[in-house]
Amino acid sequence: MAGPAVAQTSPRAGARAFAPGAWVLALAVLAVLVAPLVVSPYYLTKMLPFFAYGVVLLGLNLLVGYTGLLSFGHALFLGVGAYTVSVATTRLEIRSFEVILLLAALTAAIVAAPIGALCVRYVKIYFGMLTLAFGMLFYSFLIKFYAVTGGDQGLRVAQHSLLGLFEARSGERVRFLTGQFYYYAAAVLAILALVMWRIVRSPFGLCLRSIRDNPEKAEYLGVSVRRHRWYAFMLSAVYAGIGGALLGPVTGQVDPTLVYWTHSGNLVFMVLLGGFTSFFGPLLGAFVFIFLQDQIMSVVPYWRLVFGAILAAIVIFAPTGLMGLLSQRPTLPRWAVLRQAPGPEHAN
Amino acid sequence: MLRVEGVRKLYGDFCALEEVSLEIQAGEFVSIIGPNGAGKTTLINVVTGLLKPTSGTVHFKDRDIRGIGPVRLAKLGMARSFQLVTIFPELSVLEAIQVAIVSRLGRGTRLFHALAADREVRDQALEVAELFGLQDKRDARARQLPQGDKKLLDVASAFALRPECILLDEPTSGVSTAEKNTIMQIVVQASKRMGIRSIIQVEHDMDIVFGYSDRIVALHQGKVLADASPAEIQADEQVMSMVVGRPTH
Repeated sequence: MAGPAVAQTSPRAGARAFAPGAWVLALAVLAVLVAPLVVSPYYLTKMLPFFAYGVVLLGLNLLVGYTGLLSFGHALFLGVGAYTVSVATTRLEIRSFEVILLLAALTAAIVAAPIGALCVRYVKIYFGMLTLAFGMLFYSFLIKFYAVTGGDQGLRVAQHSLLGLFEARSGERVRFLTGQFYYYAAAVLAILALVMWRIVRSPFGLCLRSIRDNPEKAEYLGVSVRRHRWYAFMLSAVYAGIGGALLGPVTGQVDPTLVYWTHSGNLVFMVLLGGFTSFFGPLLGAFVFIFLQDQIMSVVPYWRLVFGAILAAIVIFAPTGLMGLLSQRPTLPRWAVLRQAPGPEHAN
Repeated sequence: MLRVEGVRKLYGDFCALEEVSLEIQAGEFVSIIGPNGAGKTTLINVVTGLLKPTSGTVHFKDRDIRGIGPVRLAKLGMARSFQLVTIFPELSVLEAIQVAIVSRLGRGTRLFHALAADREVRDQALEVAELFGLQDKRDARARQLPQGDKKLLDVASAFALRPECILLDEPTSGVSTAEKNTIMQIVVQASKRMGIRSIIQVEHDMDIVFGYSDRIVALHQGKVLADASPAEIQADEQVMSMVVGRPTH
């Protein structure tokens, strides 16, 4: 399974190789910063799920792209984070969103610890099916334990404050979401992306990639495969929990569809769409998914049909996703290549 | 250093190893030879803690290592390379070596430690790459290397663990005849430079076996047929015909 590569060349060579990507990243950051000044609130509200899913996918790609474990039940941890926001704001009356994020991360880690310990004993389809099974178990729990979870109606997300300074006043929810909350969520994504960048370039990240490539060889080099997989699973769940917590205030209501298996499928789709072979691929996947879904839904009601066709095309024609396509050097058309090719007199 | 006593291994009714005993001392280069089905692979798997023997004992540095598994064995100071080339295809040459060094130094769970800034790991990896003649290809992805270099990388990453004892499963299999001696010379030199005390190899190429071994253990149908010096083995017509498949002249 090919996965993200991490350059380990000399710092100078690395800087040269990364320069175009750094420019694109800088432009993207600039666009995010100025968007509230030039973009309509409608599109800004579409950016909020992008920030939330961006965090979730950074974690999911640690598992898929760096460790080689494909989870089909990752929405479980996203749901844990989202429900934590709801429970924290409505029942525990916690207002500080920073405390809520920490709580969501902690709850996701606690839930992930036993599930991960069991799942990482298996690989490939067995791992995928186990994660799917746990996801559906949690879905059933949310549906059936109405008194605790609100059943299929779910729970609402109550008022909260950002940094103890900003709160949504009544009637100003959209302004709050597209203003303070927008920058807050973008900052959380940026910070967690930096943390993940550091993790994948650490000795731990190297061990994960060795496990993805060849677990047997990694074990003979003294790498504890199961332990590393478990840590990756936990980290991935923590990211999903925080992402889910960011998603809660956006929807204002959390319900069991958040953890349904199709939502897990959407997460995998986003990773594949952007490309799990690159660090930023899943972020691009989340962005394209959200805006493409919005555009297609406004045109045809059968958006899943269109997405299915896109997914099939990606798997067949662009297995490295959009990021893989973008990073390819432009190639000359075949006729131009033939014209440039050396003639028989040059051939050996 | 390594002591195998009365090891028996059954697969159902089939007896793969029958009362196998051998001892490897520090400083020895021992080759295990035998025809296909002699039990060489089973013996390696028992010695490297992957398989638990049905009966008998295996001690490494006076510790019972029966079935302890590769991770703990690596920590104890025994490494292994494989018959088929076993690499990390998407990692660079330097990264593949760094995996072993990171693991040996106990840094494999450091989450926020920048690997690129770890001079100790980088310098040690460069040293190993240089010993194995891979320094010019350090940034190349393992899957892009020629077959001979892949084999060297496989062995180099095992050496990077700086084990006391290394087990090489057909270190020259799958490479051209011209490259075999080069690989073996690199292995011997590297083991001296890195302070590896014992080398155990399984090998089919008799020129390599007789050219580099201090001692040869010949297996036949799961039993030790001979355990002697290369000269003694070569002089033993029965062993040569049963194990090597040709009489001496």
